[in-house]
Amino acid sequence: MSTLPAPHPKERRIIFGNVSEQNYAPDLETYLAHGGYNEAKKAFTMKPDEIIAEVKAANLRGRGGAAFPTGVKWGFIRRDDGKPHYLCVNGDESEPGTFKDGVILHQDPHQLLEGIIITCFALNIHLAYIYIRCEFTHAKAILEKAIEEAKVRGFLGKNIFGQGFDLDVYVHEGGGAYICGEETSLLESLEGKRPYPRIKPPYFPAVLGLYMSPTIVNNVETICHVKHILRLGSSEYAKMGTAGDGGTRIMCVSGDVMRPGTYELPVGAVTMGELIFDICGGLRPGRSLKAIIPGGSSSKVLRADEVFKIKKPGADGAMIEQETKLVDLVLDAGSVAAAGSMIGSAAVIVMDDSRNMVWALNNLNQFYAHESCGQCTPCREGVLWMSKVSTRMLAGRGHASDPKMLHTIADNIAGRTICAFGEAASWPTQSFTEKFAEEFATAAAQQ
Amino acid sequence: MTSTTAIQASQIPPALLEKIEEAITHYPVSRRSAALPLMHLWQNHFGFIDESGIEWIAAKLELQPIAILEIVTFYPWFRQTAPGKTIIRVCRTLSCAMAGSYELHDQICKATGIDSEQGHSHGMPTSPDGKFSVEFVECLASCGTAPVCMINNDLVEKVTSADIETIVAQHS
Repeated sequence: MSTLPAPHPKERRIIFGNVSEQNYAPDLETYLAHGGYNEAKKAFTMKPDEIIAEVKAANLRGRGGAAFPTGVKWGFIRRDDGKPHYLCVNGDESEPGTFKDGVILHQDPHQLLEGIIITCFALNIHLAYIYIRCEFTHAKAILEKAIEEAKVRGFLGKNIFGQGFDLDVYVHEGGGAYICGEETSLLESLEGKRPYPRIKPPYFPAVLGLYMSPTIVNNVETICHVKHILRLGSSEYAKMGTAGDGGTRIMCVSGDVMRPGTYELPVGAVTMGELIFDICGGLRPGRSLKAIIPGGSSSKVLRADEVFKIKKPGADGAMIEQETKLVDLVLDAGSVAAAGSMIGSAAVIVMDDSRNMVWALNNLNQFYAHESCGQCTPCREGVLWMSKVSTRMLAGRGHASDPKMLHTIADNIAGRTICAFGEAASWPTQSFTEKFAEEFATAAAQQ
Repeated sequence: MTSTTAIQASQIPPALLEKIEEAITHYPVSRRSAALPLMHLWQNHFGFIDESGIEWIAAKLELQPIAILEIVTFYPWFRQTAPGKTIIRVCRTLSCAMAGSYELHDQICKATGIDSEQGHSHGMPTSPDGKFSVEFVECLASCGTAPVCMINNDLVEKVTSADIETIVAQHS
């Protein structure tokens, strides 16, 4: 993992502030020299409810994919219910296109630990697990070294910061399964069971989570933001973003752009066009834009020439509907949702006119076919069927009815499964076949 | 579950046992939670988990062997047979595929003597000389530096055809 290039003028590196520096080391002394643990100390001067109120007012939304308001999620925990509470930090980072949490885990582990301390104090949690994907083979040792350093300094363990508060943090490695990013699957995995997502309701692990106790599951980046909300104050933090979606968001751009990479941008500060053509240096010479997957492979694909009807406040404050091209689409959770997709994990995969959409969808179908946990029949069977149908279309063995069949299979998965994997696996097929209908029809007719 | 090849449990060195005992302390609420950590420690030491390993881990955590077997078989990371000396994992998913990971995978399979048709499906075929196992894996979370692969425990970014030649030569 290399150092990030100099920030683009539109960037505001808060989470990636430290790792932007040349030779920034993941040890405690370096972190302390960069203002480390100041906000953890500050948190103990505040009331837990004040911290929760700050996170709510900051409009922080989860950075793992669902963009759920973090403060609202925290609000489900009743601090004084007499039960043990747990925090599970989701560092399973497996959504295709996403590559931001690994940077924090490997290069700035203390920032995550500081976020964990603040979160645990606010929610009366004394045991936290950092669940990481095992393919991050060096991250466990890096995190455990950081935990040990923090313990020696009295920042973790018993009576942290001399405040009479105990907190233990452990690192837990997964086994290379995408499903474990789903929060209830993660909990089952952490309990040592087959990681089948849990039946809902209860909808939130904050009600019944790890070991059937109230549990908060938050993404790595989300937890890091908590420190900066306390540092900047909720109003300045919220101001960086748009209404209901505060702060910065780390965009991960991959695919057909000149400068792929991670870019930490104030939420809503740039449009899709600015991200691709300015910040990422545009496409390769002679190429034109064909499609964008805006928020990880599970989000619905957007076609380059699409025009969306998006509601915006007009001059008099009343909402008006405005026609918006893809390149003018503002990158915040609300706008991307209004365009019929989702900001998800902010993983933007760019495809130029050289790309075959049947090939691209088939690649994703094979991913979902491999990663379905197999618990629910519509998903277990459906994702394999979709993969087989797109494979045969690509091999010139398709039938004219295949695009419709693909769509029908997807329709019969989404909404019929225990977890959101059903939707995640169906949305690519539904959107690709709808938006590139001609290309799919041509491929189906080819023998 | 008995097998003549199931010998790992009789060869646990004290250092491994110490790590196992320590890992169990991370889960004060439920010993069962230590299943994955123990499987990792076991596989890191022995290279794979044999039947005796499954039975030993289960007994250690006060579980039936099926409780360990069902997760060994669930997770792609764990294996029940010995891999090649060097494990090469090539990312198969979209951003890497767009950057040429299928071609790289074919090249690696050819250079190591593995049937690439076998390799394009999931699984971890081993070269006839036992030097390499090659796995076509799903997204490794480094899409910005595609194509990527892992050589044993190390990530290699922006892999080129020339890199593959060097890597295979180095580990042959």
